[in-house]
Amino acid sequence: MSIASDAKQALQGAVQGVMAKAVALAPDSWIPGGEPDPLIRERYGHIGKPLSRIDGPLKVAGRATFAAEFPLEDMVYASLVFSTIAKGRIAAMDTSHAETAPGVVAVMDHRNAPRLAPPPVFMSAPKAANGDNLPIMQESEVNWNGEPVAVVLAETQEQADHAASLVRVTFEAAPALTSLDEAREQGTKPALFMGQPLHDERGDAEAALAAAEVKVDALYTTPRHNHNAIELHGVTVAWQGDVLRIHDASQLVAHTAWSIGQMFDMPEDKVIVTSPFVGGGFGGKCLWQHQVLAALAAKLCSRPVRLVLSREGVYRVVGGRSPTEQRVALGADREGHLKALVHTGVTVKTASNAMPEPFILPTRSAYASETLKLDVQVVELDMLANTFMRAPGESVGTFALESAMDELAEALNIDPVELRIRNEPEKDPSSGLPFSSRHIVEAWRTGAARFGWDRRDPRPGLRREGEWLVGMGCATGTYPYYRMGGGAARITLMQDGQAVVDIAAHEMGMGTATAQTQVAAERLGLPIEAVRFNYGDSTLPGVVLAGGSQQTAAIGASVGAAHRELVKQLLKLAGNDSPLAGLKPDDVISRDQGLCKADETARHESYASILSRAQQPSVSVEAEGPPPLETMHWSMHSHAAMFCEVRVNTVTGEPRVSRFLGSFDCGRILNPKTATSQFRGGIIMGLGLALMEEAQFDERKGRVMNPSLSEYHVPVHMDVPEIDVIWTDIPDPHAPMGARGIGEIGITGTAAAVANAVYNATGKRVRDLPLTLDKLL
Amino acid sequence: MTPFRYMRATDAASAVLKGGAAGARYLGGGTNLVDLMRENIETPESLVDVTGLPGGIDELPGGGLRIGAAVRNTALAEHRAVRLRYPMLARAILAGASGQIRNMATVGGNILQRTRCSYFYDEAGSRCNKRHPGEGCDAVGGFNRNHAILGASSACVAVHPSDMCVALAALDAVVHLRGNGGERRLAFTALHRLPGELPDVDTMLQPGELITAVEIPPMPFAARSTYRKVRDRSSYAFALVSVAAALDVEGGQVRDVRIALGGVAHKPWRAERAEALLRGGPLSATSFAAAAEAELASAQALSGNGFKIDLARRTLVAVLEDLSGEIA
Repeated sequence: MSIASDAKQALQGAVQGVMAKAVALAPDSWIPGGEPDPLIRERYGHIGKPLSRIDGPLKVAGRATFAAEFPLEDMVYASLVFSTIAKGRIAAMDTSHAETAPGVVAVMDHRNAPRLAPPPVFMSAPKAANGDNLPIMQESEVNWNGEPVAVVLAETQEQADHAASLVRVTFEAAPALTSLDEAREQGTKPALFMGQPLHDERGDAEAALAAAEVKVDALYTTPRHNHNAIELHGVTVAWQGDVLRIHDASQLVAHTAWSIGQMFDMPEDKVIVTSPFVGGGFGGKCLWQHQVLAALAAKLCSRPVRLVLSREGVYRVVGGRSPTEQRVALGADREGHLKALVHTGVTVKTASNAMPEPFILPTRSAYASETLKLDVQVVELDMLANTFMRAPGESVGTFALESAMDELAEALNIDPVELRIRNEPEKDPSSGLPFSSRHIVEAWRTGAARFGWDRRDPRPGLRREGEWLVGMGCATGTYPYYRMGGGAARITLMQDGQAVVDIAAHEMGMGTATAQTQVAAERLGLPIEAVRFNYGDSTLPGVVLAGGSQQTAAIGASVGAAHRELVKQLLKLAGNDSPLAGLKPDDVISRDQGLCKADETARHESYASILSRAQQPSVSVEAEGPPPLETMHWSMHSHAAMFCEVRVNTVTGEPRVSRFLGSFDCGRILNPKTATSQFRGGIIMGLGLALMEEAQFDERKGRVMNPSLSEYHVPVHMDVPEIDVIWTDIPDPHAPMGARGIGEIGITGTAAAVANAVYNATGKRVRDLPLTLDKLL
Repeated sequence: MTPFRYMRATDAASAVLKGGAAGARYLGGGTNLVDLMRENIETPESLVDVTGLPGGIDELPGGGLRIGAAVRNTALAEHRAVRLRYPMLARAILAGASGQIRNMATVGGNILQRTRCSYFYDEAGSRCNKRHPGEGCDAVGGFNRNHAILGASSACVAVHPSDMCVALAALDAVVHLRGNGGERRLAFTALHRLPGELPDVDTMLQPGELITAVEIPPMPFAARSTYRKVRDRSSYAFALVSVAAALDVEGGQVRDVRIALGGVAHKPWRAERAEALLRGGPLSATSFAAAAEAELASAQALSGNGFKIDLARRTLVAVLEDLSGEIA
């Protein structure tokens, strides 16, 4: 980022800081969630039922249409050519062979691509969505190894792919900075994340560390990771009159519409982005070059375009997680009370994005240490912009922090579960805010009992079964409750008792559509079958990012606001001839397909009756959720107690996870069936992070060398043991429905639990992920 | 992928006629060749599909087997005689790839699959002497964790990826070949070559020569044999190191032994030194360790694969201990 934009971010940060203080001190009742959501009281309705996915039958039958499957008349197929240097320029480009190849319609490169305004990079404006702010096929400059330099358009995908291999590009390389070590020598700079410095100090942590009776101080490293959703990034686009229609696989349709509108100088409502189904997002299905290139190409050849990245293409065009080097130092007294907590380190970004991997986030509210020092430094490399990936910050940050806690427990000879409980804070150690709901101790106790933690011998390397050493480890997982502003929803209620909820939210396989249908039915007092939940369309109300595990809260608050508006309208329509006559909106709840007085449910009138008497076929209301001030008033976090049993082969060093349990405290669980899958899926990603995932970035060229699922390892079925999942189910009184998002927490803590179990099994402390067998020989 | 002609052969003679043409390649299950064509690493002008050629799994007098080159990997691994007489072969096949791939892959295709070196696969962005002789090797100074520790050259440090071939190398298999010049037989261990200065040449096959069958001689003691594969995940990963071994024991002495290593060299590595040391010697942990030591004595580590030398030794010793335990 430029100095100007850094300054702008810093200013925003300062303003936010002042506002945060005011919000922190305000009375609870002024804050969203100050009055608990009435749905928290509803215990026997739709919420909490293990409803199967409503989109399940469509997917099983192959009738769910994904972005790359929309058939458009006269469509052409695109194939990309990528740069092979990290920095420099295109000296020459020979497209003549490609242009005359069979089926080729056009070849687009920087010389003939339609002109485009600079991309609005994520976090530079409320709806900015691009992964970076670099020009997209506008210039001869090359900014990373793998940057698209040409798009070949042909009548079939095979013809396009073949012709792409005929494009001859001559690059002129310039000196590039692609090594973390080299960059560090040139100096690091402080990281800014969402306008705030990733820095926090309370007391003199280094002095307290030096004076501590017992201490551990170590360096932990995590490698580069790549997104690998099963569905490849694909898009089908068409210019229809003055409208640009984009069938996308997206976790941010409204952001995408606005950002593409900015680049093409169009009003955002002329860019229609739809995304009914997404085959996995994980932070990677945002706005990257492929959607923009497809729109440019469609403009160039005046035909609809389908562009599906190859698996290699995903590695070249879609950012992943940056490597981290983290120091964690803990100082404690002999009873294990923390006197010093230091968590600092360095990570990698580019000059064109604003996303330092924020690995200190989980440490902010973790433990009651007397002193605290947190800091993230960044270096900027010539590489594809990194991005949000599967619990950015928390996943790799908890690996370092929770490994260090295990090392401290060992040094103190205190049980690792007990050590964590001893350091449980009364209020948020960084912000000083009260916790909205924190029941990690309960999660620890229940989890330990169910896992059989008492069978663990704290002395490492003693339990052996044949060739295998067996060990147990544990770690805390944590992820914050987020709710971003801009959420809005529309409820349309029909006289026949059917309701439609419209919101520009997303279903990427998590179960959002299912769980939110349950919530809406509960809120409206309707049977499940009477509610349709529409999402995945930028023309619907609301700006709802499916990220940061915040959709559940954002949708919940928006639909809640729309419901309040609906009650108002219905009371007006009900008039004086209704049993509801004279009641105020606050006195009334939805129940049994109508409204009733909250504390006198017999005073009830059905929606059908109200609407028919008012001679209205339907009523439609739209409202915005309140600004998300609750996170500045309470410290709102989910937690998990993770337990792992691992076996390490004494001959080969092979580590295999044999048992895993996650005990979660995430507020109220809306749908135990989809939630279980979310938790398990997260833990499986955590196992991948622990044991095998690594994008091999060859620093000589700045090029990822394993861009395929055969060489970039993620867990296979045999790597995944039975995963037991339990939860406290204690509602958060200050969150909509009492629920906090659960999409990402399963990934957090998992890698540390595995590494700690490996230590218990072998006596070898691995501080460098992935935990491959060569580190255990 | 570059456009190509597709032809189907129904007998070996016509296959060889078609396959002898310039730019022709034989197609088995296509689980490797088609991938390489998609990556523009292989650009044949024509493919001669040989999956329809006759030849199943036939019993030979004396107890050996003759396996048609078009037999699918799954069929071979599941064959009763293979499981009973050569369990190392069944285990090796089942340790490779995935069920779907094994259902497609043929014996001939498995033998001729090419290295998975990521620099070999990166046609657009990396140098590779196997793809373009003389341009240099980016693997030597790059990611070479999976690469060779035995028999490599300065031109190429790639490894052969097959599991099945490791067992065939240990079992004294013989390949049946047919070319325009007629038929010949070649010891399996002489089929693949070390890279030397010609890393683009994987095998000793003549241009247009077709593998028609693999013959495994009778080896009664191979009924007690095994295959152990060490890898970074439990399935669907290439071997870091693998060992195929059979042990014949009488009166506390090693009467005979067969050992081959996978994941360590440009070809399936028959461990002749270890075998020679063990043969006729005592059945003991010391002799196993000495044999492993001798076999790996010439091993050389690259920047990222030093651990494989120790891993190969340890795995070999453990396999021999396992087999001797089974016998005792």
